[in-house]
Parts: sequence; C-alpha cells; structure tokens
Amino acid sequence: MAEEKFEEALAKLEEIVRKMESGDLTLDESLKAFEEGVRLSRLCAQRIDEAERRVEVLLKTQEGFDVRPFTEKDESDS
Amino acid sequence: MKEVLSVTELTLRIKFLLESSFETFWVEGEISNLRRPGSGHVYFTLKDEKSQIRAVIFRPALKSIRFDLEDGMKVILRARLNVYEPRGEYQIIADAAEPRGVGALQKAFEQLRARLQEEGLFDPAHKKPIPFLPRTIGVVTSPSGAVIRDILNITSRRFPSVHILIAPVRVQGVEAPPEIVEAIADLNVHGKADVIILARGGGSLEDLAPFNDERVARAIFGSRIPVISAVGHEIDFTIADFVADLRAPTPSAAAELVVPIRGEIMENLEDLERRMKTCCARLLKSAREETALLRGRLRDPLRIIADLRLKLDDRSGSLAATVAAAIASRKSDLKNMKAHIRLLSPAVKLKEKRFVLENLHKNVVAAFLRILEGLKKRLESEMNVLQSLSPLSVLGRGYSIVRRLPEGEIIKDAAAVAPGDDVAVRLSLGGFRAKVVKIEEG
Repeated sequence: MAEEKFEEALAKLEEIVRKMESGDLTLDESLKAFEEGVRLSRLCAQRIDEAERRVEVLLKTQEGFDVRPFTEKDESDS
Repeated sequence: MKEVLSVTELTLRIKFLLESSFETFWVEGEISNLRRPGSGHVYFTLKDEKSQIRAVIFRPALKSIRFDLEDGMKVILRARLNVYEPRGEYQIIADAAEPRGVGALQKAFEQLRARLQEEGLFDPAHKKPIPFLPRTIGVVTSPSGAVIRDILNITSRRFPSVHILIAPVRVQGVEAPPEIVEAIADLNVHGKADVIILARGGGSLEDLAPFNDERVARAIFGSRIPVISAVGHEIDFTIADFVADLRAPTPSAAAELVVPIRGEIMENLEDLERRMKTCCARLLKSAREETALLRGRLRDPLRIIADLRLKLDDRSGSLAATVAAAIASRKSDLKNMKAHIRLLSPAVKLKEKRFVLENLHKNVVAAFLRILEGLKKRLESEMNVLQSLSPLSVLGRGYSIVRRLPEGEIIKDAAAVAPGDDVAVRLSLGGFRAKVVKIEEG
C-alpha cells in the first residue's frame, strides 16, 4: 500500500470530487479521476479498519520498551 | 563532680545533636523579613501562626528555584538544620522551594507563564498539527480513575479500531513532574504513538501543580509527537495547556478531538464515491447523447448523396435538352449563314454587277444617242441663227471691217487711227490692206 497518510489521501479524494463536480474535466479525464478516486477511497477505508483495537501499557525494560495489555487490574491499582 | 563545658563544647554538642537528628526534611511556612545582601544569598524568616525560624538559601540553590521568593509567600522548603556556632543560633538551610497556597501558586504560575511566553514556548509557529486519524494514541495519565476510563470509552465508541498506548504516571504530588517528563520522553523514543494525550482530572491549583511545572512544559515543547493537553475541568488553564499543540478542555474532549467518528468517515467516503459516480454517469450520459446526435448527423451525407443523385438526374436531363436545343439552334444558324454566304458569293455578285453594268451600258448608250440627237437638232437651228448673224452675211450687204495692223484690232471709231497707220479691210469677198491718209471726224 502506498505510504499516503490517511488525511492526505482523503484530501486528494476530496479534491478529485471537487474537480469532477466542477465539470471542467473531459470524459476521459473524469474516468481517470474516478479510477484514482476509487483507489483513494478504498485506501482510506482500508486504513480505517486495518488496526484492531488494542489498549496497552508502555513498559520500560532494560533492553528498551515492552508493552502489555491494559487490564481492569491497572484501573483499580493506584 | 559537676561536669563543666565550655560554650564551644556545649554548642558543638547541640550542633551535633540537632543536625544529626534532622536530616533533610520538608517544611512549610510563610516568608517574612526577606533580605538579599550583596553575597547573593537570601535570608528570611519562615513562620506560621505560632512559631518562626531563620532560613537561608545560598546562591547556587536559588538557581533551581523557578519563581521569585517574596514576603508573605507561602512555600514548602526542602531543608536541613544548621547551628551557627559564633552566634549560637540555629537556622534552616533550604535548597529547594515550591510555592504553596493559592497566592503563591498563582504568582509562581504567572511568573512562569510570562517567562515561557517570552521564550517562545507558546508560539503558534511551534504547534504541530494533530493527525486526523492516528494509528496509535499515547496517553500519559494515571492508569486508575475516571480519566483513563473516559478516554478509553470515548475513543472506543468513536473509532473502534484505534490502538491506545498508556504511559502510566502519577499526576499529583512532587513526584509527578519527573514521571510525566519521562513518560513523554519514553513515548517519543518508543515512536509508535502519532499523538500524545496528557490528561488529568480537575483539581485545585495545588493539585494541578505538576501541569504548571516548568520541566513538564519543556518536555511537552520538546516532544516530536504532537501533545494534546487535557487537564482539569474546562475553566482553568495550565502551563501545559499553553505549551501543548492542542488544548482540550477535558480528557473526554481530548478523546473526541483526537479520533474521528468512524461512521462519519465511512459515510463521507461513501458520499464522495457516490458523487464521483454521479459525475461519471452524468458525463457518460451526455457523451452517449452527443454520440447519438452525431450519429444522426452522420447519416446526413447519405441523404445528401441521394439528393444530389436526384438533382444530378434532373440536371443531366435538362442538360441534354439544353444541348439538343443549342445544337438545333446552331444548326439553323448555320443554315442561315450558308444561305447568306451563298448570297454573298462573288459569282452571284459578279453576275449581278454584270447585269447592272449591261443595263447601265444600254442606258448610257441610249442617253448618249438621245443627247447626240438633241445636239444635232440644236446645232441645225443654231446654224440657221448663226447664218443670219454672220458678219460675212453683213459684208454681203456691202459692209466692210477695218482692223488696225499689226494688232488686228477692229476699228469702230476714226479717232482710233492716225494717218499713216496700216489697216486691213475685210470685204464680203476678199479684202485689201491700205494706209490711212486723212482722218474725218464723225
């Protein structure tokens, strides 16, 4: 997947839609823009769901860092 | 025996006793009678309602105290006890101080704010943009309590698939600032978080002290990852709020600011796709219509050819007729011309002229003869007249004609001659020459 940031891809997509709606594009250009737009849209959608929800605690170790899941127990400890 | 001590001995014992039983401690009190002599050390009296104690802070320690000490200010001091032998006095020597109480805290807060502002730590130019859709959110806060629960609930509700990395810290008390500083540094080194929320629930000015701590402010400023401050309950600003890249009034608000609502994004994406499709469909439709229109116009040439064919047919018919007529007319012209030419032929002319000539000749001859006849008749009569008029006939009646010689001039007057002139005399029959002898007047 291209290394486009989500917001960059979304901004590009919005720009494409704006251009298409302005009516300045030829049919050929529109179809190309559409192709690119769909690609960006899919990319955004993919980006949205690619991470799964995780809640973790950052731990410092001698080697560097580690993470472990955040639990109810963490909440009750003070 | 009574043991007798010198003053010095006594003082030294007291010194030992006191100083060894009070190592480093924290003491709280109000500053009064503050003096700053030329040495640069600060002397004052620390007091509460009932007691007071002398205090000093040496110049090197002053540097670590980030606010200005003033009379009437409540502080807590980290100090040790000291007995000053020459005077027999005891005092505390402090090496750290923190403001205490609303007045002091407020004053320290204002002083720090002014200083950091001056230094440019709040400058909007330094604010980093908050990512629209962070993959990992670092949360620096206490792992227990409402704050983390709110943040987890809200992020989960808005955007189920977000990764949250908690860097647990104490958010209150003297230990809080260094822990917060370390947590921010750790998240930066670890590097996964796209944004950091520094959060704490509301509290008194004293409770919020760690978020007004200069070290924390500098840690936020130095963070490569953008930091959202989410401290307190809306009303109070902390130094952290000023330095942070974004200030959220509450932890819940921070959670809302940092993650978009997944449903809204999906709807927005779907809407954008739908709009693109509409555009394409519209363009395709108009292209199709245009094509159909053009195709319609493309049939025209065939019709034009048919029309032309008819026209051609029509024209070639009339062309033939025209040509035939033209030929006929030319033929008749030719015929006329031939006849005309024949008329103009020299043979014809010649014959004609000859005929004319012959006639003319006849006429001329006849006319000539007539003229001749006339002339003959006229001559005859003239002759008769002439006969009667001729001098000769007069001479016949006895007259003569005299001419003077040599001119031959007829003499009608006697004065015209003189005696001796020669004259010729004509008679009816012959003549003679004579000489004038005498003139006789008429």
